[in-house]
Parts: sequence; structure tokens; C-alpha cells
Amino acid sequence: MSTAAPLVRVRDLVKHFPITRGIIIQRRIGAVQAVDGVSLEIQRGETLGIVGETGCGKSTTARLIMRLLEASAGEITFDGRDITRLRGPALKAVRREMQMVFQDPQSSLNPRKTIGSIIGEPFAIHGLLREKGERKREVQRLMETVGLNPEHYNRYPHEFSGGQRQRIGVARALALSPKLLIADEPVSALDVSIQAQVLNLLRDLQRRLGLTLVFIAHDLSVVRHMCDRIAVMYLGKVVEIGPNEPLYAFPRHPYTGALLAAVPVADPSLHGSERRLLGGDVPSPANPPSACRFHTRCPKAQPLCSTQEPALEDKGSGTLVACHYPLSREEVAQMGVRSAR
Amino acid sequence: MSASEPLLRVEDLRVEFPGEDGVVYAVDGITYEVHSGRTLGIVGESGSGKTVSSLTTLGLTRRQGARISGRILFEGEDLVALPEDRLRAIRGNDIAMVFQDPLSSLHPLYRVGAQIVQAVRAHRDVSKAQARERAIELLGLVGIPDPARRIDEYPHEFSGGMRQRAMIAMALVNEPKLLIADEPTTALDVTVQAQILALMERLQRELGMAIVIITHDLGVVAEMADEIAVMYAGRIVETASTARLFSAPEHPYTCGLLKSIPRLDAPREEDLVPIPGTPPSLINRPPGCHFHPRCPYAQPDHARIDPRLEPVSDEPGHHVACLLEADVRRRLWAHLRAGGTPEQALAAVGLPGAPV
Repeated sequence: MSTAAPLVRVRDLVKHFPITRGIIIQRRIGAVQAVDGVSLEIQRGETLGIVGETGCGKSTTARLIMRLLEASAGEITFDGRDITRLRGPALKAVRREMQMVFQDPQSSLNPRKTIGSIIGEPFAIHGLLREKGERKREVQRLMETVGLNPEHYNRYPHEFSGGQRQRIGVARALALSPKLLIADEPVSALDVSIQAQVLNLLRDLQRRLGLTLVFIAHDLSVVRHMCDRIAVMYLGKVVEIGPNEPLYAFPRHPYTGALLAAVPVADPSLHGSERRLLGGDVPSPANPPSACRFHTRCPKAQPLCSTQEPALEDKGSGTLVACHYPLSREEVAQMGVRSAR
Repeated sequence: MSASEPLLRVEDLRVEFPGEDGVVYAVDGITYEVHSGRTLGIVGESGSGKTVSSLTTLGLTRRQGARISGRILFEGEDLVALPEDRLRAIRGNDIAMVFQDPLSSLHPLYRVGAQIVQAVRAHRDVSKAQARERAIELLGLVGIPDPARRIDEYPHEFSGGMRQRAMIAMALVNEPKLLIADEPTTALDVTVQAQILALMERLQRELGMAIVIITHDLGVVAEMADEIAVMYAGRIVETASTARLFSAPEHPYTCGLLKSIPRLDAPREEDLVPIPGTPPSLINRPPGCHFHPRCPYAQPDHARIDPRLEPVSDEPGHHVACLLEADVRRRLWAHLRAGGTPEQALAAVGLPGAPV
């Protein structure tokens, strides 16, 4: 996988949202540091998971890559070219290559449009398949691909269940045969029995079409099931990134370990085994802690952690970790990480 | 379940909401018991009736024109028949509830402390100062740092986890005998969820109260509950001890749920087996067994016969509402557990294919 050039390369990406005060004269009094120096690569054909808690910057990172938000600083390379500052027709051309599936299938589909015109919308925007019969055939083929009945072409979103609506969102995202598909919490609004249908669909499409998939979720069991590589974010920074197996079996960053230890496992026989829980709440991204941002909640924090920011580097177990004092195997076992091996 | 008298016994409870499109059969004849110091988990998807059944326990569905029948015995007293003023004395005092979304259950214009003080003074004849003392004590108990200062803050100044802690503090302020927690951690991040669940377990140990936890998350009930009731389309389809439900489930819906979630402690390669179709409308429920249109093992007569919740012979407290033979159900689960698909399991037990 590493021999070919990555599809997406993100360097030192920064997004600060200004906080202003005043109605007419707006003074800038600070900034929410939503994403603060994220660097990562997305290889062709892989599924990259981004996990973290509310406000860690995972969705912002995705929107920056999609150019739905302007980066404050940093560089985004897509398919070999710098797209950070693209505008107009050049940007529109790149947008064809990347598509997004959103969390809430209810609010991301126009209730007044038929399914056929929703899925066909990307063709209309980009002036493709102008001939009507041709477009309809293509839309129906897409509907079939995602497991919808093509005869439902003229129905409206409210006639479909949550899981089916999410399939519509996926069909629309696939319409232009994008190289990159970003799914932002695609199953968290769905019922448990429906989630597996959509997860299986995404996994199947990814294999069949050779898609590059970015999968954003807060559910670590789902991410483990879906992703080849995973980036763990905390307060706007990547704290650990690496392939699925080493990351889940031997998490090195104390935050990754704490996240994994906190997941409730559907097996009562494991219940009662000791778990080390993280105290406190995530600090405000408007005023993040100095140096290592996790040091205020970290059980292993030392004086160095509040003065010197750790670099994201290889600590010899297969993942890159931004930590001065990474976890040992004994510590991972003590924390009660259920995927540890 | 133990032989002692249950704290709460719900008997054949039915809750129906007449509406323009027809009658919504939200809860359709459910029976369960909760004992002091124990935790019952009620698991189900949206629209399974799990929330309505608990709201009814507190009399909160009365004003919505619901037709309620059956009995809800709390310490021997039937809450369904109780007049509103008597019920008010119990609600928030002997039985308290924690809701899913702490932001919309706290009043945004009142300080957190004032809301807790109100909860105390609604049931206790104490001075404001005494009630405030109690509120500070409770906020400290649920792990809010610097409670004497934070008691005067507004809900928006609290983080999501702290709001949920404040809700739990408010629920516990009168030391209830029964705490009903409806999806108490669904709006929270995993690390905060773990803190809240640990807090509820600790408080249960210290105060000896009974807990009913309502959730769609099988991981949460596995951690918290002693007994579990699985609801589908307004009915309890299976109930058992937690250990039993996860190791030897018998209802195809329970089996389906267990096979459809990815697990942190299972091999990653294992494929998820989704439950086909979608949950039914509670106005037009399928005839016979409500689950039969989605059941991979349904037989033709399952669309006609209504299954009853019946005991499973060898395990006290394990009840299933399924028309398949007990022996067939067990063999199906054995195949599923070994990684077989529903089709393979069906073939292995020699049942004819389902008419799906």
C-alpha cells in the first residue's frame, strides 16, 4: 500500500474559528482551536477511521479535506495536487472526486424532491448525462447498487425508513464515481438492528469499487470493524495513528487506552474486571492546555508534559504516538482494555 | 429472581394512544418485576415501547390521552389507579427518573442549585438553606468539583457530563427507592459514559436502590443490569438474567441483535449479520408474532398464532415469546454462535425456509 502515492496528504492543517464580541464593531477575543496542526495521509483503497470525543476536531478535519471549510493554515494535497487554495471551476472539478455521507439522513435529504432527483442531482450540478432517460437509467443502477428498489424512483424521502434514507445518501455520494468517500457518523442516528445493514453496505462497496473511505465515528467497536487504519484525535490534534491491529491490541497513548477501556462490552462475563476510568471532562478547545493537551487528565502526566509538546513518532509497536511516556503492555492490561492482546 | 416481595411489579400493562391515523399500541401487555438493590435493563429499539412503559410508571402519560390498563404495583400500591395528588407524592420522592437529554430536562433560566432545591422542597418541609446544603452535598456526591460554587451556575455553564450528573443529583436528592434511567448516557461521550455508569453503580451500592435502565446499547446493559427484558413492538419478547441472555439467548430477535453489533472483544474478521427489514409501525402491527416478517426462521403459522411469554424449562427467570420449539431455538443459537449465517443455521436444524 505504501509504494503508491497517497490519495490525500494533509500537512499541518489548522482551523481556528474566531470568537468575537460586540455587535457592530466585532472585536476578536479569542479562537476555538478546532483543528491545530493535523498531518496525515490517506492511502488509495484504504479505510481510514477518525475517532475521538465531541469537539476533538474529527468532523472539522473531514470538512477541511472536502474544502467545505477554509483552512486557517496548512496544506491539503489530493491526488498529487495542492487543493488548499483552489477556487471556482477548478474547485468544482475536484469536488467531483470527493463525496460525503452525513450523519442524519433526515436532514441531509430535501423532503420536497423525489429520490430520483436527489440521487441525480450531482449529474445536474456537473452537467452530466443531460439526456433524461440516460440519467434515469444511471440513477436506477445506483439505487440497485446500494440495495434500494429502482421502482421507488419517484418516491419521496419520508416514504423511506432511516436505514433506507442512509442508502439514498450513499447512492448520491457514489453518483459521480468519486475517488474519496467521507462518511461522518453514518450509522449513529440509526437503530441497532439497522446499523449493521449500512455498515455491511459501506464495507461491501468499498471492496467492490476500490473506494478510499474516511470513516468518522465515536463508536470504537464500529471503527475497529470497518477501518484499516485509525487516527485518534484529542482537542484538535492527532495523538495516535496506526493500523487497526496494533492500535487496538496495544494502544500506546494513554488517551487511546482510556477510550478503549471505557467502551462497554456486550459480554457480562467480562463485567467486574477492573477498569481504569478517565476523570474529568474534555477541556475547552478555546483555551486548550499547554504542550500535551491531554496532560490535565492523563494518569501518567509528568512536569515535562505541560512544558514540551510531544511529537508524533514511532515507539516501536506499529503506531505513531504523540506521548513522552507511552503505555507499556502491563499498563494496558491494568487499564482493562478489552481488545488488548 | 429472588422470592422476596418485589419493589415494583408491572402486570399486563397496556398503553394505547388513540390518534388520527389509528390507535398506537405503544405498550402491549408487559409484565416485569424489579427488586430493591437490583438493576433491570430494558433493551429495545426506537418505538419498542420501552420509554412509554416507564413514563407510565410515573403517571407521565396520563395527560396525553393514553388508555392505560393493567397494574403497576409499587410497594403493593397500584400506581395506575392512584389519584394524581397521591402519585405526585411518590414521583420524585420514592421513584425518580433520569432522562436522556440533560440539556432539555434542565430549565435553562434557573440556576442548577435552584432546581435541585425545588426538588427537595417539593417533598420535604425544610428551609431553603437546609435544602441548599443538601443540594451541595448531592452535587459533591455525584462528583461535581467545587459544588458550593457551581451550584449557582446555569445549565449552559455545565458540560454534558456535568449536566447529566446534576440530573442524577436531582433524582437522588430525596433518596428514591427506585431510579428509572432512560438512555442516561446516549448523549454522552464514551469516557463520560463510563464515569456516569460507574457513578450509578456506586450510588446503588451505597443507597440500596433499585434501578431500571432503559437503553438500546447492549454493552451498557451487559455492564449494568442483573436482569434484562428485551422489548419489540410493545411487547417483552425475552427476559432472563444478564449472564443467561448473553450466553444462551432464545428469541431470534435477541440473537439477531447480538450478532449485528461489532464487538471490541471479538475477532475483527467476523461479519455482521444484520436483521433484515425495519421495526414495524405500532398502528399496523404484523399479525401473529410481531417479529415474523423479519424473522429468518419464521414458519407459515407464525403469521397467525400470537406467541406468549413462556418460561424456559431449565432456567428460572428465563422467559421467551417464540413459537419455535425450545430445542430448535437452542440449536439455532449454537450454529449462530459458531459463526454460521441464519440460512446455514436454518438448514442445519432442518426447518423449511422462511417465507421472507
